[in-house]
Amino acid sequence: MTLVDLAEGQEAKIVKIGGGGAIRQRLLDMGIMRGTPIRVERRAPLGDPIEVTVKGYYLAIRQEEARHIQVDADAP
Amino acid sequence: MTRTETHTDVSQEPTAAAIRVAIGGNPNSGKTSIFNHLTGTIQSVGNWPGVTVSRKEGKARLDGREFAVTDLPGTYSLTAYSLEELVARNFLLEGKPEVVIDVVDAANLERNLYLTVQLLEMEAPLVVALNMIDLAEKRQLKIDAEKMATLLGAPVVPTTGNRGLGMAEVLRACAKVADRRDSAAFPRIHYGHEVEAEVRALTEVIAADPDFSTRYLPRWVAVKLIEKDEEVLKAVRSASADPDTITSAAERAIRGIERHFDEAAEIIIAERRYGFAAGVVRECVTRTGEASMQDLTDQIDSVVCNRVVGPVLLAAVVYALFVAVFKVADEWGWLFGRSPTAWVEAFFEWCQAVVAPLEASVPLLYSLLHDGVIAGVGGVMSFVPLIFVMFMFVAVLEDTGYIARVAFILDRVLKQFGLQGKSILAMIVSGGLGGGGCAVPGVLATRTLREEKDRLVTMLVAPVMNCGAKIPVYLMLIAAFFAHHQAGMMFLMWALSWVVALAAAWCLRRFVVKGEQTPFVMELPAYHMPTVKGVLLHTGERTWMYVKKAGTIILAVNLVLWAAMYFPRVDAEAARSKLREAEPGLTEAAVDNKVAEAQLAGSLAGRLGNALTPLSQLAGFDWRTNIALIGGFAAKEVVVGTMGTAYAMGEIDPDESQTLSQHLASDPTWGPVRGLAMMVFVMVYAPCFVTVAVIRRESGSWRWPLLAIAYTTALGFVLAVLVYQVGSLLVGA
Repeated sequence: MTLVDLAEGQEAKIVKIGGGGAIRQRLLDMGIMRGTPIRVERRAPLGDPIEVTVKGYYLAIRQEEARHIQVDADAP
Repeated sequence: MTRTETHTDVSQEPTAAAIRVAIGGNPNSGKTSIFNHLTGTIQSVGNWPGVTVSRKEGKARLDGREFAVTDLPGTYSLTAYSLEELVARNFLLEGKPEVVIDVVDAANLERNLYLTVQLLEMEAPLVVALNMIDLAEKRQLKIDAEKMATLLGAPVVPTTGNRGLGMAEVLRACAKVADRRDSAAFPRIHYGHEVEAEVRALTEVIAADPDFSTRYLPRWVAVKLIEKDEEVLKAVRSASADPDTITSAAERAIRGIERHFDEAAEIIIAERRYGFAAGVVRECVTRTGEASMQDLTDQIDSVVCNRVVGPVLLAAVVYALFVAVFKVADEWGWLFGRSPTAWVEAFFEWCQAVVAPLEASVPLLYSLLHDGVIAGVGGVMSFVPLIFVMFMFVAVLEDTGYIARVAFILDRVLKQFGLQGKSILAMIVSGGLGGGGCAVPGVLATRTLREEKDRLVTMLVAPVMNCGAKIPVYLMLIAAFFAHHQAGMMFLMWALSWVVALAAAWCLRRFVVKGEQTPFVMELPAYHMPTVKGVLLHTGERTWMYVKKAGTIILAVNLVLWAAMYFPRVDAEAARSKLREAEPGLTEAAVDNKVAEAQLAGSLAGRLGNALTPLSQLAGFDWRTNIALIGGFAAKEVVVGTMGTAYAMGEIDPDESQTLSQHLASDPTWGPVRGLAMMVFVMVYAPCFVTVAVIRRESGSWRWPLLAIAYTTALGFVLAVLVYQVGSLLVGA
């Protein structure tokens, strides 16, 4: 499952980062990487983007990019 | 920590040349407030050479030492993927600052240290400013700065940047680092057994090229090559004696790592960096209780970003901005006797009265001063109070962190039109909050957009936003024709600018700049209470930019236009007697008026304006409006000034200070429909030439600025004609 599939308030552990090049590097630079817990805080009023907590700060991320982030909801 | 006293001991002579200091750090780490507190008002703003990322420099003094401080762009990383990161990196490589102040957010340590790790990789002589330490303490985090200093091999100074706490300590640490003659012991970032072996092997290959390795750190180059960094690869290809050996060794290293981990090499490197950062956090940070501040941001967000409340609140904030700005700057007289705007206007009327005695003796000089200089500058300056208040609001919205929420709420909408959430920053800087903006920094702000296509579209539509220079035109026309609906009309103009900009973006994206959407990953910073000093510095800086522009370009343009309207002179006496013959019933005043009008109509500008009339008549514009709009190509501020000059010259009694609004309101050829048509045209038509020049520089070709001029002018004209024709029909019926 990917980050998009998580419900608001749900927490999961990041399993793999897909995509490539600039997108992936950007996600890595923001601290989104394997083994890191991530939590969906809320969705924007129109459903997209998603606000998540990762490494103790808030990040807004679009669904397109969120689909690159594979998560395991049972892990944490 | 003590309050900074960095500017007080200027009497002492600096003992040596200024120490060159660079400030780096994440966006939202409080880097700007630290820079402001260190350098105070001794700042200069410019651009990085060759690119348009803004570059701030300033001087600081302490204990007789002088520091030349350069503010690096705020970055999360030092990759080659973004221009800001490249600029920062190249400055560290080539500018070789003696000290680098790395501002880290103490309350958000792990991610901030990711950049610190990369600075250590580059062996930058660091001083770590552990900023927002007060916030970290409120979040029940206790940070052992001494232990952190040992682990990072650099002094760590706790600071509270927005209150200027810890600044003297930071400078003292900088002096110490700069004085340290021996090469510092940089902690080696250990990338783990397998990666480390590959890094070492590659480092040796690179170090074998003595010329190249004196210019670049071999180990840093090795890590960057393993990360597949395009720019470093280019540097190797152009500067090393044997690039093939190095690149094939790098490919071997990458293959080795990827085979072992079954994962991309750059991921492994990033993970190792975070591993180091997490290690430092584990060693130095203890949680003393339950977090509380973070919950506050979350609680605010649950309201501010709420499905229903969020958009309503956003609209309310924008509307409140107009109402408040008009009240404070234009209406409330109880504070200073009359409103700030009225004071400024009174001052320039006084100036005009001062030069009045010149009229009889030196009419040319009188006209130049009265109609060219004072009317032009006064027209622009009278809007300074309004623009100041407007900028102040925007600064508060930025400093609190609300702007990021605006981007969050609106991204979905903007995406539909081929823009992205971050386009909002460029749009807002350009005037998207309804005024108090400028497309010049707005176009520059598109640098935060990573995707070239999104960037292009944003920079092509941003000039449609209501910049601070268009506001005076609206205000003048609103005062003339919609005096009882000020806020409502400004709201309408705000909404209209967005509709036009988004529609234009959609078309451009569909037919001109085609391609895929961009990644959108944006930090939502914790809410902050903005400080008075921070907001005022911000506001003052931007207002000063506006005034400077008014004082130079605008004045020059206004003078050229004054000359175009003053020359060639008609023979006044001949015209007068001719008029008296033709219409004997005319009063002396009416004759003077007609002569003056004939003078203007016969001037260079009048002839050009007249030549355009057959076309512009469709939108209701006469030759006077045309002159003003032509002037607006140079800078939108000029529109009001030029109209003022155009009408003032036609006036009978120059001492009678009739404002332009009153003049237009009493002019039978004008009316609300014509006023609205002009407002719409001014909003949309060609960006001013400064903006055009910046678009040229940012887009790298003349194609885009020319497209911007062409499409906006055509679109603006079509809309104005539409408003005028349909409006006239409705009013007539």
